[in-house]
Amino acid sequence: MISKDQVAHVAELARLSFTDAELAHFTTQLDQIIVMEHALAEVPTDGVAPTTQLTDTENVFRDDVPVTDGPSRDELLQNVPESKDGLIKVPSIIDKGEADA
Amino acid sequence: MNFETTIGLEVHVELKTKTKMFSPAPVAYGAESNVNTNVIDWGFPGVLPAVNHEAYRLGIMVALALHADVTKETHFDRKNYFYPDNPKAYQITQFEQPLARNGWLEIEVNGVKKKIGIEEMHVEEDAGKNTHGDDGYSYVDLNRQGTPLIEIVSKADMNSPEEAYAYLEQLRKTIQFTGASDVKMEEGSMRVDTNISIRPIGAEKLGTKAELKNLNSFNHVRLGLAYEEKRQAEVLMSGGQVRPETRRFDEASGETILMRVKEGSDDYRYFPEPDLPPFSISDDWINEIAGQIPEMPEKRRERYVNELGIPEYDAGILTDTKEMSDFFEESITDGADPKLASNWLMGEVNAYLNANKLDLAQTQLTPANLATMIQLIKDGTISSKIAKKVFQETIKKGTEPKAWVEAKGLVQESDPTILTPVITAILDDNQQSIEDFKNGKDRAVGFLVGQIMKQTHGKANPKVVNQILMGELNKR
Repeated sequence: MISKDQVAHVAELARLSFTDAELAHFTTQLDQIIVMEHALAEVPTDGVAPTTQLTDTENVFRDDVPVTDGPSRDELLQNVPESKDGLIKVPSIIDKGEADA
Repeated sequence: MNFETTIGLEVHVELKTKTKMFSPAPVAYGAESNVNTNVIDWGFPGVLPAVNHEAYRLGIMVALALHADVTKETHFDRKNYFYPDNPKAYQITQFEQPLARNGWLEIEVNGVKKKIGIEEMHVEEDAGKNTHGDDGYSYVDLNRQGTPLIEIVSKADMNSPEEAYAYLEQLRKTIQFTGASDVKMEEGSMRVDTNISIRPIGAEKLGTKAELKNLNSFNHVRLGLAYEEKRQAEVLMSGGQVRPETRRFDEASGETILMRVKEGSDDYRYFPEPDLPPFSISDDWINEIAGQIPEMPEKRRERYVNELGIPEYDAGILTDTKEMSDFFEESITDGADPKLASNWLMGEVNAYLNANKLDLAQTQLTPANLATMIQLIKDGTISSKIAKKVFQETIKKGTEPKAWVEAKGLVQESDPTILTPVITAILDDNQQSIEDFKNGKDRAVGFLVGQIMKQTHGKANPKVVNQILMGELNKR
């Protein structure tokens, strides 16, 4: 059974905040989902390669040619709550290191 | 207690493409904020990524240059995290089946050669850039979001900060010669994260490692690792334990500072990227790319030493960048004497580049002009003093040296029938100097040469002048 702590951890990773009552509620729900999913484990899959895609295509590449006829910067910036000098304004980020890929 | 150090490096390198990894937005360093972005980079609903063929090609080229096995059957994965520099809230990367595995590089430290293994390398997209305002807000520029990266993960084969430094130098050089990236730390096209642990000598199990970030130069990598070695040893000696944490190097103090305790890989909740089909990389394509890799620096260095008679050290400097090495070879093709070309490139040219903080390509110097100038010096058309003037002119303006020297009347005068009358006239006017010379005062000769140079506006061939002058002096 999934624990309340695990659910709290996943919620934190998703930047969601719940009350204790909500946490208990979602723990029960998530647990039911996981139990339902376990039904799949009964299907024998030995020797079956994992399927990651169902489109039946492969090797779809794009040529390295710039396309610049989309919405302009100013149009794109209309979708952010606040901007300044062409930059997107966001709440302060304290940890300066996490950014890099 | 004595410890041994274990170091592994993760290096991110931007691939030199015109467009991003998964979107056709242009890639350019130093553009106005958020100009090089499109709806895919912004993660708008309904947009779909598409893999940049050139980025994958360059990735394979780097993999082959690093002697790695290219993965034939691969797909992309999602790495999930929330951070404003990536509005999609996930990065598309290769987690399960990386681009290539099992590479290696050879390094040399204090004359000892060592092979450093490369665990794997994969292509992925870069994140945008955050700046932190002093007004309590952060500001996001998505220009860099989606730039193609190759991440190269070494094996933990390095045992000292010096070995890590040598590995980075060798890696930078190798990738630079493939042309796949500019590999410039100062422009962020090469970034380094390090893992370092220590253990008592002879211990079987590796110590707990700390990750070190925010390293802006190879030198900082070396300094940061040296500091970490010492810090971890002090922790263990005082009976403590090294924690698995991420630290950053502080330039000002030369120390490493705790950033946070590390997150586990599970927290990224990787899963196969549903928006991209799988890839099957053919042997034909791999072979085609293998045929396109330019000659690597070690091969060139050997050739310069063995075939052109360039000293080992000089050959090393000439092959430091592909730009310099190609320039050297072209100047030889254009007729330059290899040793003189090497001396000029390592001397005057490098001094000029360093003084003006320029790359060779940012100057007007061409291999043909360098070759012509060297020929003019070699055949005595110009003096080495005049050559410096010619050099300044041609590197700044791209002027053709031969025509310029002739037009400016800088051709060296070596004809005795023209120089002799000038010299005898000066001797006639300087009886005192002749006396001094006869009395053994060598300074008199210097004075006379000076007068002759003044008279000929510096164009007289010093060697010829000296010969005639001594002859004439001895006659008197």
